[in-house]
Amino acid sequence: MLVAGRKRRGGYRRIVKLTLRIWRQRGPNERGGLVTYQVDDISPDMSFLEMLDALNQQLIMAGEEPVAFEHDCREGICGSCSLVIDGVPHGPDRGVTTCQLYMRRFADGKTITIEPWRARAFPIVKDLVVDRRALDRIMQAGGYISVNTGGAVDGNTLLIGKEEAETAMDAASCIGCGACVAACKNASAMLFVAAKVAHLATLPQGKPERTRRVMAMVQAMDREGFGSCGNQYECEAVCPKNISVRFIALLNREYLRAGILGTKMPAQSDPPHGESY
Amino acid sequence: MIILDSNIPPGPLEMKWDRRRFSGKLVSPANKRRIKIIVVGTGLAGASAASTLGQLGYQVECFCFHDSPRRAHSIAAQGGINAAKNYQDDGDSVARLFYDTIKGGDFRSREASVYRLAQISTQIIDQCVALGVPFAREYGGQLANRSFGGVQVSRTFYCRGQTGQQLLLGAYSALCWQIERGQVTMRPRTEMLDVIVADGHARGIVVRDLVSGRLSAHTAHAVVLATGGYSNVYYLSTNASGCNVTATYRAWKQGAAFANPSFTQIHPTAIPPAGDHQAKLTLMSESLRNDGRLWVPVSPSDRRSPNAIPPSERDYFLERRYPRFGNLVPRDVASRAVKAICDEGRGVGPGGQGVYLDFSDVIRQQGIEVVRERYGNLFEMYQRITGENAYEVPMRIYPAPHYTMGGLWVDYNLMSTIPGLFVVGEANFADHGANRLGASSLMQGLADGYFILPYTIGHYLATVDSPPIAEDHGAARAALERVEARIKKLLQGKGRRRTAASFHRTLGKILWDHCGMSRCAAGLRAALEAIPPLREEFWQNVVVPGSGDMFNQELEYAGRVADFLEFAELMCHDALHREESCGAHFREEYQTEDGEPRRDDERFAYVAAWEYREGEAPVLHKEPLNFEFVQPTTRSYQ
Repeated sequence: MLVAGRKRRGGYRRIVKLTLRIWRQRGPNERGGLVTYQVDDISPDMSFLEMLDALNQQLIMAGEEPVAFEHDCREGICGSCSLVIDGVPHGPDRGVTTCQLYMRRFADGKTITIEPWRARAFPIVKDLVVDRRALDRIMQAGGYISVNTGGAVDGNTLLIGKEEAETAMDAASCIGCGACVAACKNASAMLFVAAKVAHLATLPQGKPERTRRVMAMVQAMDREGFGSCGNQYECEAVCPKNISVRFIALLNREYLRAGILGTKMPAQSDPPHGESY
Repeated sequence: MIILDSNIPPGPLEMKWDRRRFSGKLVSPANKRRIKIIVVGTGLAGASAASTLGQLGYQVECFCFHDSPRRAHSIAAQGGINAAKNYQDDGDSVARLFYDTIKGGDFRSREASVYRLAQISTQIIDQCVALGVPFAREYGGQLANRSFGGVQVSRTFYCRGQTGQQLLLGAYSALCWQIERGQVTMRPRTEMLDVIVADGHARGIVVRDLVSGRLSAHTAHAVVLATGGYSNVYYLSTNASGCNVTATYRAWKQGAAFANPSFTQIHPTAIPPAGDHQAKLTLMSESLRNDGRLWVPVSPSDRRSPNAIPPSERDYFLERRYPRFGNLVPRDVASRAVKAICDEGRGVGPGGQGVYLDFSDVIRQQGIEVVRERYGNLFEMYQRITGENAYEVPMRIYPAPHYTMGGLWVDYNLMSTIPGLFVVGEANFADHGANRLGASSLMQGLADGYFILPYTIGHYLATVDSPPIAEDHGAARAALERVEARIKKLLQGKGRRRTAASFHRTLGKILWDHCGMSRCAAGLRAALEAIPPLREEFWQNVVVPGSGDMFNQELEYAGRVADFLEFAELMCHDALHREESCGAHFREEYQTEDGEPRRDDERFAYVAAWEYREGEAPVLHKEPLNFEFVQPTTRSYQ
């Protein structure tokens, strides 16, 4: 057990003090650096983000600018939080996002270093906030099934075995946080792209476009400046949803298959249905 | 002066939606690409609306405050989505889903709208499957279902414990396609701060670019708000930290009626608060009540560990009070029962704020592996947050604000009282009445966005005879000035000494105490007296560091808190005027001897739609609810 701290009546522990070294950077083109802060009175029942909230309340009252960091759902599913804690994206626990990390994990008096995701494709917006739109652009390149609203056949017309459905679900559970990129020394987005490609390629609905999809998404990934996969599996180690690197193998197979079949990349999508130009 | 015309088509219930679709005018394909529509919000309702409108050929400009449209709070819905597929052959039908929803809402919703929702529910599942949503399947390959509170059939479709995320990713992928095709222009990290109304029609919005701080006006032929609910008015809720009332509240101030603002759902199964530092409450899915049993010790003085208390000394209070539905009563009923037990001093855990949710029986009967497969992720989450292993000791749960049935008033066509301003998803008031059943919010969001709005907005666009305005139109400039002035006011002043979060916490406490799970006239009057001075102090003392022309999260937050401080009063007015207990709105004065709510159909069978008047109390308008097809009965789950 890593938790130290004083024992209070009723067994309730309190961490008295932490030293935080936090990356501060005013804007994308300004120089940043680590700034040291002290926080006292941190309860072990606080989440890591609640600890940062406490720091920010202190800073605001002292007339300083609070630390910018991204957060929203605070239950590990929206993929907003994006902190590198002591060198590890999402911190020391496996299979969780930063918002699900609790202070009982840290020893009293510890120094914690907090940095943003670092990758060429993720420019810093401010402090710990980065711009992850590159992931959206990869999705826009082909991470969908082109099906119009309306006229879908009954959901049970398509029988999908439990195993296939579970595999697709394993891949689809990616929350798009980008920790895989932040952990990779090449800043590769292979695990992200693999999860998306595998999700749709595993399901029969996704099969008709699988060739075009994998080519388009891999090309978009390269265009965005993500590096290539070095087979170190650091991505899998930090993934808060435990997405397996075997999906990268699946991505490679899909890509190879598409290459052999010699896909023609469509320049533009078809015009909107019902319209004639 | 607001006139409420619900625009419900005539004829039999089953035919109304068909008739509307046939009678609605269409926009010709050639004209569609000359028409621009603004969609604000990219949750289930917003993303599905924007993608479908793009697919139809309109030019769509879509805004969200997140860094990516995939992060809206729909993503956090865990349990599932209802549909009247009757795949289990257990007696489900469109009529039954309709009736369950009307009854679940305690007869405070519109028959025609709810029936349409039930009709569309089956199409939603098909659409989502086509988009690649990986719903749970049986070994034979068919779609799997689970049960949810308030109903006796199994009609809930799910993707493990993350149905919301998977449905949202489906809608987001459809949106990505339309962005790629150039039909939708996506503007992430922008926050809508006002509506532009010209000649009585909604013609655009004012937004703040959250990175540069720049304010700009965007104009269009119509505006769609899909900006979610306002449970965060209570400070502590299960909502994401960014959820807010600002978009709908600013629309209210521009003339859109706000309906049933006090109908707020308190979800029974959240993890109890642990201390003052707490920023949010984490929900444990309602599906846990399928297998978990709620209990407290019979004796309030019983301080033994839960496993040491024999069954004879436990009070399984839901099973005792509601033998027919047991632990699967609707959310409002369960929440109130939990509160009543805790008020009696029989709650467990710190401060007596909690009851046990116990899985030991199902673990004994079906094995730990079955439970792990069904709820493993929830048990893990519980352990991370509380440090306790729920396979060994019962979970402790306590109610938390979760969803708002109230919202901007809309007619059958989802149009607000401002022509051209449409409202979809949780942001509108429609369909759930005074209480929402589990797994119905995802259904409603997608019904609105994929299937209803794309039809009804076409009729408006085809019939309206009012051209769009330029971005430097007087109405747009006036809206920009309003927003600028407000931001300046938030930033001005020296010697200020209280943070926005501190004000928010105080406001939340007032509302939780007086306009939460149970309300009374005296408490609501006390809240109405306490809120104005708090708001005044906010404007004098709130400290917002930095400036407006930069990435400034504290400024964003302070602006949202400022709106909550005004909106809270509207909630209390609504709760005070409704002298009955219905659904989630429980007035202590109106209950039976055994503590069940007493509804008053003679006086209150209407939607309360409030109109904004500057410097005056809000003005009440009533949309009567006429029940032609179902007979409002006492809602009993006993």
